[in-house]
Amino acid sequence: MSKVETNNGSDIVGRGNRDGAKLFRDWFTELNATAESGGQAAYVFVMGSFNEILKTFDLPVVFPEINSLQTAVRRVAHEYLDEAEDYGYSPDICGYVKADVGTQLRGGEHPMGKIPKPSLVVLTNACNTYIKWSEIWERMHKVPMVTIDIPGTRQAGQQTSVGSRDFENDRKYVEVQIRELIKTCEMVTGKKFDIDKLREVLGHANDVSRGWKRIIELNKSRPSLFNALTDGTIYLGVANGFRGTETGSRYFNQLVEEMEYRAKNGIGILPDELYRLIFVGVPCYPIFRRFNELFTEWKGTFVNSTYLWFASGGANRGFEYDLNKPIESLAEGTLFSVRDAMDSMFYQEQTLKEMSEDFGIDGIIYHPIKSCRTVSTGLADARRKLNEMTDIPSLFIESDMMDRRVVSEAQMKNRIDAFFEGLASRRKRD
Amino acid sequence: MSELFHEWRGKPIDEILYECREMVEDTSFPTINRWREQGNKVAGHFQVYFPEEIIDAAGMLPVKMRGAPVEPTSADSHFGSYLCSILKTSLEISLDKRVSLDLFISHPICDAARNLAAIWGRNFDYPCQILYLPQNPNSAHSATYLRGEYDRMKRVVEEVAGRKITTEQLNNSIEIFNTNRKLMRELYEIKRSTPWLISAEDAYSLVSLAGLIPRQEHNQLLEAVLPLIRARNNKPEDRIRVVFEGGFCEQPPIDLIRILGRSCYLVDDDLLIGLRYIIEDIPTSDDPLYSLAESYIERSSYSPVQHDNLKLKEAMLLERVKNANAGAVIVAAAKMCEPGLEEQVTYTYALDDEDIPYFVSEFEENMSSFEQLEMQVDTFLENLLFM
Repeated sequence: MSKVETNNGSDIVGRGNRDGAKLFRDWFTELNATAESGGQAAYVFVMGSFNEILKTFDLPVVFPEINSLQTAVRRVAHEYLDEAEDYGYSPDICGYVKADVGTQLRGGEHPMGKIPKPSLVVLTNACNTYIKWSEIWERMHKVPMVTIDIPGTRQAGQQTSVGSRDFENDRKYVEVQIRELIKTCEMVTGKKFDIDKLREVLGHANDVSRGWKRIIELNKSRPSLFNALTDGTIYLGVANGFRGTETGSRYFNQLVEEMEYRAKNGIGILPDELYRLIFVGVPCYPIFRRFNELFTEWKGTFVNSTYLWFASGGANRGFEYDLNKPIESLAEGTLFSVRDAMDSMFYQEQTLKEMSEDFGIDGIIYHPIKSCRTVSTGLADARRKLNEMTDIPSLFIESDMMDRRVVSEAQMKNRIDAFFEGLASRRKRD
Repeated sequence: MSELFHEWRGKPIDEILYECREMVEDTSFPTINRWREQGNKVAGHFQVYFPEEIIDAAGMLPVKMRGAPVEPTSADSHFGSYLCSILKTSLEISLDKRVSLDLFISHPICDAARNLAAIWGRNFDYPCQILYLPQNPNSAHSATYLRGEYDRMKRVVEEVAGRKITTEQLNNSIEIFNTNRKLMRELYEIKRSTPWLISAEDAYSLVSLAGLIPRQEHNQLLEAVLPLIRARNNKPEDRIRVVFEGGFCEQPPIDLIRILGRSCYLVDDDLLIGLRYIIEDIPTSDDPLYSLAESYIERSSYSPVQHDNLKLKEAMLLERVKNANAGAVIVAAAKMCEPGLEEQVTYTYALDDEDIPYFVSEFEENMSSFEQLEMQVDTFLENLLFM
């Protein structure tokens, strides 16, 4: 880790949010410039972006998931969804896809600036809609679509490890696909692959993974240091967009410094924290701030989430690449990390139990959404199981990450209020 | 081992087809329960494709888990809203023990189905596995990877069956399934060339039974029935020839298929395509697992849940329409089916480009009212007749 400049406390506290927001704006400004100049860009996804390879070729990356959620946060998602539905897409499919289709139909016009067209699409199978979504660009823009297949856990509790026959079968498959991706990048960019540059990029990515793991660990502090739902989403944006860059590396080194400073000085994110919560699912972006307030008004704060886990592509595992064998190690790290990301959606109950103990959790909020069946399909069943395993109270509220037509704030508030009333009486009883 | 489905024996063709429909529509799943009563084991595999030869070679019954037209009264509380029906009813028939399994396998065909192994694993004691078929079949390594994945699955099956699978047994099963696929291709050739000889729902029932009885038994059924169908004296009628697309996973109710078949000739479709996914014979060899893997990649059909740069789905649909000499397409999707609904858009734009008429619709396996849909389809087809 590079040495970071020491600041006085007033500069440090809140720096992660300030710098993160600025980086985010800068990122979109650059994408806008790329779009205006007709430059190349790669479309990628949060669960296995392969930014490591793309940055080696100096390809700007576009995360359409982030573009789409931004339309919801900025309260214009419905305009994009309507356009996609008019084009023929069903109200019952992923809202991210439809907001992006709307963006593409507008020639890249987006509230954050113009989004460049793709020269290349890179995806994993961590979400099946990634595949269907990419097929839309493949047909619309006639560009190469490279799927990197990452086989996941085959049965609960049976994760394979290095050296086993089945793990090596998966690892080899991922490695060959990475080598094939490199060939495609050479073809698309006209640049020769530089393995030393990959080493440099991997070194920066290691800083991001190490920092990501560390800040999550530090949030075990009482009071908690950041809100996993709101602040965590800012950090996620940087972790994804700037993975493998010097900027990302510096940001996370400084973020760790901020969190350690906060922990040492007892500076929490919420004054008078009363309830420590885990968030399971995808945020309610159409009312992003308000959704969080429904919890903070009761002095409840999210100290961890499965979102920090899967939407970082499993960076929470903190896998660090071996720079002596970069491609082999990238294959191994991607396999472990993306597999972890998938496990957080499908096989989460044991980890939630452990997380609840480690983070001193008072309640778990499940937020399945209409748009995302990957995350949402198993949540009701997983919650039943967790209820058998622990006595941690939980709340199950359904809405959406994009579509305000299925977000009922009043109904949510009633249920959330009732949940906290239950937590309060339980605390009195105990 | 006695026959699981014997009701058709010794009957004329119309009664045979009636018995087939009755068996397919029976939500108590008699054939599976008869198999278990004989002391045998069952492996349920969720849609779309699974290399059933591996299960067959272990002496187990491969059962295609394709939901059922039942109310998911117990399963409902295990799921949230906004999901397709097949997930819920497949769990329902397992929870209420209409179908008892010794092994459950799913493949991540879609965002919803990829959760199933975990859900099953939380509710049943038997192994609940995911088979990772390659989503990047264009990688030079995909067949080798898949061979390794099939080998892993073979070990899982062996563990459940309590016996090893030999190369000879696997090759023997491949031959049985090759015969079965050939017979099903013949059935579809009848649908395409002489659709007046077999109704849409009867052809569907015949195929559907493949997922409910051992394939060797299914071969006997088809070998007996196909000549009888060819010998029928039904006269051709002036009907539009139509392809039905959208039945790769959740199945429309047989009543819906019947209604569609009354209005037109359903000359081809993707109903239960997983049972017919391999389109040529799989070679027997010293490495049958590799033969199975290579065939999945090189000798297979298409569906919205597999991406392959060499198999553009809309191009393959157009080919299906052309080969069947069809004049229109019903582009259907199960309600809440993400891949199906997304593919509908692609298909309709491709059909527009080729000026092929189509009718877009959604269905659900336990829908029971068809009047409105029937009227819409009839109007669509009448328009074509008088165009």
